[in-house]
Parts: sequence; C-alpha cells; structure tokens
Amino acid sequence: MSAMWNVVSGVAWRTLKNALTNPQIVLPTMLFPLFFFTAFAGGLSQLREIPGFDYPPGYTAFQFVFVLLQSAAFSGVFTGFGVARDFESGFAKRLLLAAPHRSGIVLGYGLAALFRWVVVAVMLTVVALVAGMEIGGGAVDLVGLYGLALLVNFCGFFWAGGIAMRFRTLQAAPLMQMPVFLVLFFAPVYVPLELLEGWIEAVASVNPVTYLLETGRGFVAGDAPHVLGAFAIAIGMGVAFWTWAFLGLRKAEIAGG
Amino acid sequence: MSSSWPQVGAIARRSLVRTARQPASVIPPIVFPLALMTVNAAGLQSSTDLPGFPTESFLAFALAVPFIQGALFSTMNAGTDLARDVQTGFINRLALTALRDWALLSGQLAGVVALGIVQALIYLAVGLAAGVEFESGPAGVLVLLVYAAIVSLAFGALGAYLALRTGSGETIQAMFPVLFVFLFISSMNAPRDLIGVDWFRTAATLNPVSYMIECVRSLIVEGWDAQALVLGFVFVVVLGIVSIALASRALRTRMTRT
Repeated sequence: MSAMWNVVSGVAWRTLKNALTNPQIVLPTMLFPLFFFTAFAGGLSQLREIPGFDYPPGYTAFQFVFVLLQSAAFSGVFTGFGVARDFESGFAKRLLLAAPHRSGIVLGYGLAALFRWVVVAVMLTVVALVAGMEIGGGAVDLVGLYGLALLVNFCGFFWAGGIAMRFRTLQAAPLMQMPVFLVLFFAPVYVPLELLEGWIEAVASVNPVTYLLETGRGFVAGDAPHVLGAFAIAIGMGVAFWTWAFLGLRKAEIAGG
Repeated sequence: MSSSWPQVGAIARRSLVRTARQPASVIPPIVFPLALMTVNAAGLQSSTDLPGFPTESFLAFALAVPFIQGALFSTMNAGTDLARDVQTGFINRLALTALRDWALLSGQLAGVVALGIVQALIYLAVGLAAGVEFESGPAGVLVLLVYAAIVSLAFGALGAYLALRTGSGETIQAMFPVLFVFLFISSMNAPRDLIGVDWFRTAATLNPVSYMIECVRSLIVEGWDAQALVLGFVFVVVLGIVSIALASRALRTRMTRT
C-alpha cells in the first residue's frame, strides 16, 4: 500500500508542480474559466428577461454552475495533455519501468487533476461571490454541487488520460478536448432546457451533461431536481472512463511506453 | 522596386505553403470558430425574443464573430511561424541576402491575407448554406471580403510584430488568452444596448473588437449602416497601420547587417 502511495504522490506532485509553475500551462487553465464566466454572466445577463426564464438566484449563478463543471472537465483534460507530453518525451517510459505499481501512475495523474481543479474552483467561486452571485442552497447543497463537479473532473481526466495512453502524443490533444467541448456545449448552457428550440433541444434532452447541469443549478437554488439520477450518471461515466483509462495503461505497457 | 516583387511572391508562397502543410494551423482557425458559432446560434436563439434584438435569427447575428475570431487565430499562426524563423536562424540567413526587409514583411503578410480570404469564403459559404440572408446584398458580400482581408492584414501584422519583437513562438502562444479577452469582452453575443451589466457594457464599448464585429454584423443583419462601417474600418485600419509600423521597425532591428 505504501509503495502504491509513493507512486501516486510522486506522480501527482511532479504533475502539479509542472502545471502550476509553468505560465504556459497555468494561464489557460486559470484564465479560460474566468473568460467564459465573465463573458456569459456579464454579456448575456439580459437573458433572464426572456419570458419563461425562471431561476431565482439569477443569471450569474446560472452561469457559475456551467463554468464550474466546465472547469472541472477541462482541468482533467489539460492533465491528460501532460500525460501525452510525458509519453512523447520518454518520461512515461521511465516511469513505467520504475513504478512498482503502475496503476499508481494513473491515480497520481488523476490526483493532480483534482488538485489543479480545486485551485481553479476556489478562484472561480471567489470571483463569482465578488460579482454578486446569490446562493439559495445550504451547505449540503453546496457539498452536492462540488461533489458533482469533482466527479466531472475525474471523468474529464480519465477520458483524456485514456486517449493520451493510447496515442502517446500531444497530437491527440484535439481528440481529448473537442468531444468534451461539444458535449458540454450541447447542453442548456445559456438558457434552461425548456427554452431551447430546434435540434439543440433534441440533443440537449438526451445529453447526460444536461442532467448534471440541471442538478448543479438546482443545488445553488436550493431545490435540486433528480439528484440521485445525476450522481448515478456521473458515477457511471466515471467508472466507464476509469476502465477506459486503465485499458489505455495496458495498451501503453504492451507498446512499451 | 520592381526587382523586389519576385521576393515578395516567393515569401508569400512560402508562407502559404508552410501553413497549408500544417493541418494544425489550418483546421482550428476554420473549425473552431464555426463550432462555437453553431453551438451559440442554437443555444442563444431564444435571446432574439428580447425586445430590441436586431434580428430574428441568432445565426445571422453570430455569423460576424468567426470573421474576427478566425483573424485572431491567424495572428497566432503568422506570429508563431515568423518566430520560428527567428529561432531557427532563417531571418539571420536572409539578412545575408539581397532581400529587402519590406519585401519579407509584405510577403509574409500576403500569405496571411490569402489565408484570411479563404477562411472568410468558408465562413460565408457556411452562413449562406445555413440560410443566412445578407441585408446589404451582393455588394455587401464584396465589402465583407475586403474587410476580412484588411482584418487579416492588421492582425497578421500584429502577430508579426510580436514575433519579431520577442523571437519566441512560446511567447506568441502565451498571448492567445490576452487576445481572447478582447473577443469575449465585446458585443460578440449580444448587442451593446442589450448588455445588462454596466461594467461589461462599458468594457465592450471601449473594446475596438466590438466595432469590428458590429461592422461585419451590420452588413449581414442591418444593410448599409454608415456609422458601423466607418467605425469598423477606422479601427482596423488604425490597428493595421500601427502594427505594420511596429513590425517594420522590429524587422529592421532583426535584419541589421553586422
């Protein structure tokens, strides 16, 4: 167990140190969620005036939940970029040779993705509160919101990590981020599901992210719908992507890193 | 002067071929703005119900954004390529030849403008195929293409200046979030008079990118709006002149024969 923890903590520490001390990595991670939050909550706030838009905490909180989940997913995806970079540079090959428990390598990257997102989430929450975000839910609701986002973070990392260990090159980066970007934006990002029209309404209705988003917004409003369903979806996706990532590790082992 | 034209042509050709050979430089500037426009147009269609919204189609409203967003991508690409030339010593080797510095810059920018026009034609084709109607008619389409070329020139020159000044591709890439701020804090998703948050409306009003987007948007959704056109052209021409002047100065320093 201690040997496993040594691998997990070592990989997590190195990944986190790289991510937080390199401006080229840390700036996009920190700034993009803020850009999205500012542009959506600031530039589109009049959408609350659309007939049928009913979200008591207001438009800032409505967008905060989306950007929080988005930052969780992308902190995971950006950590996947680091995995690909480590394979490209040959570092991962040495890691595979040295680690007594190779599963710990994946878990270490996953832990780094989590800490990386925590930094972004704290910053985003502070900015949202300073911007006047109202919260109708209690402490339990907020634990639910951040718990849901944490599961999204795991899903984002295990998806991207699985790709990174299969392709073992940064050229696979679009494959890691484009599907995540699309699945997030094919949800009710700007207005509630009931106000969407046309093809986006049909797509959003069957998009699992829609349920996560509605539950997350419900947590902030203090009236979360389909909580069990949302957590079941998030945990189900987490298990599926966990399996995907560890199968990716096997492929990397077979390929010799 | 006439002997310099083949030099401009050769550099322009090199710029185009090099870009075309890098799918990572060609595909994102085309696909990403279109993807963002598609999801925004679908998700924000209901905002056309707001009193005072200038059109019933959010797609028509949003079509202006890719033209400017694509130009921002071009800035990064042009800058990164030129920075690579600095880093690899290509510019130093050119300094040993008879190549004029203005010919190098003109050639580089000609390649960027050509790519910008191709991008604009693709955005235009996608918009027309999706049923967007140009209120300003065929003449408006021509004005839009001219504007797209000038925007590419201005942003390309800005990228060239950053590349020649810093000589680092990584620095150019790190500028990307800064350029993105200008796009996001603008009237890209809503008309300025419908932005409810005061500080955001003020920032969007002070942001030149708002006027560039509104210039293109006016041709699509309003017809001929002299004020929007004048403001859009003035801002982009000023940006172009300043950027070209700065890039020329930086290039003279880079190409100093010692």
